Amino acid sequence: MWLFFLRLLQHTPGVLFKRFNLVAYQIYNAGALSIVIIMVSGLFVGAVLGLQAYSNLERFNAEDTTGIFAGFALIKEIGPVITALLFAGRAGTALASEIGLMKATDQLSAMEMMAVNPVRYVAVPRFLGGVISVPLLTAAFTMIGLLGAHLVAVEWMGVDVGAYWQQLQSVLDPEDVREGIIKSVVFGLVASLVAVWEGYNSIPTAEGVGRATTRTVVITAIAVLFFDFMITAFFL
Amino acid sequence: MGPSGTGKTTLLQLITRQLNPDRGQVLVDGVDIAPLSQSELYALRRRFGVLFQNGALLTDLSVFENVAFPIREHTRLPDKLIRHIVLTKLHAVGLRGAADLMPAQLSGGMARRVALARAIAMDPDILIYDEPFVGLDPISMGVIVKLVGEINEALGITSIVVSHDVHDVATVADYSYVIADRTVAAAGTPEELRESSSELVRQFMNGLPDGPVHFHYDAPDYDEQLLGEASR
Repeated sequence: MWLFFLRLLQHTPGVLFKRFNLVAYQIYNAGALSIVIIMVSGLFVGAVLGLQAYSNLERFNAEDTTGIFAGFALIKEIGPVITALLFAGRAGTALASEIGLMKATDQLSAMEMMAVNPVRYVAVPRFLGGVISVPLLTAAFTMIGLLGAHLVAVEWMGVDVGAYWQQLQSVLDPEDVREGIIKSVVFGLVASLVAVWEGYNSIPTAEGVGRATTRTVVITAIAVLFFDFMITAFFL
Repeated sequence: MGPSGTGKTTLLQLITRQLNPDRGQVLVDGVDIAPLSQSELYALRRRFGVLFQNGALLTDLSVFENVAFPIREHTRLPDKLIRHIVLTKLHAVGLRGAADLMPAQLSGGMARRVALARAIAMDPDILIYDEPFVGLDPISMGVIVKLVGEINEALGITSIVVSHDVHDVATVADYSYVIADRTVAAAGTPEELRESSSELVRQFMNGLPDGPVHFHYDAPDYDEQLLGEASR
């Protein structure tokens, strides 16, 4: 897998500068088409965080800090992690099965025989599309999540709107946002690499492609949660 | 030619270096292809046109774009010229009218013709067909047989056709090799092969169910297996 990763990186500059149209299509395919599921999930996750935070903090008369609780959870943890998991389920499986089927129907061999490198034409654009999409999707998820928490805490439970945002603003450091961004970039790399790798190395049969999609979700989930722990520990 | 499972497709994969030989050499136009670097190999492959068994069209591109694909990847020709080339190639296989269809909308025979148009898009020196006659209705098959012969004549190229269809190969081939038991069992013009004295070649050419190639896959003795299992 590392060798494959290096091959992807080796072709990245060429594809990025000469064939950006392929990457742009994959950003649309993997990223833009995932935006609905990301937004809807973000809204509900934010709303649930708002509810949980409010109902617990209220006991200590600290409901004004609901914004801090929901904001920190979303920006540093929930946003990057859930976005990556949703991306693996929505786009990663699609990438893996698409590449697997291209392999099963000899499309990758046909490219080889036309002297077109399938790593360059198929794998790298999909990989880059995911790498670029995931941080953007994470930002969308987190923003909608903050809005969801705001709706519950301020509009429904009656937390003061000034307190909600001001408390969050005064406690949140750039460092915290950076942690979220770094996580989203790492998770984007992991999710895209796993999906492309699994598709590219799937056994070219119906069963093999099915297994590749399953493995994409399982491996991405475990890897994302593992790296989440590592990065969090690193930033402490 | 040769019975199924004797390694015909493997042989093609060796010629194009999709596989590397365990031992021995593969010479293409006198050049040993084993030590070629990837860019040299790709330069060599540009001289090949390969027709895969199922066509292997790129399913996310239209018929037109499939044929244009190798041209766009390897040249910087203006769009107008590419359009001319693609329409010429599609016309050659009789599918100029299908240029805007997607591969999923094509019948098996049409897909193979589009793949053939794509294989000749870069004007190759050597055209390789992997089982081009398999799984087609008689009309489509007749069309492909005609195209294989015509394209070979018109472009003045070398065509390598792998097939187990004795009759159709006989109509297009100048020279044939019969492969069996991992060796070339016989070689010659179709007429010479038909008169071959080798039992294996005769079995193959006449489609006899049993002979040197056994009807039964290797198995333990029949009586012993059944009786042995019954007494257990």
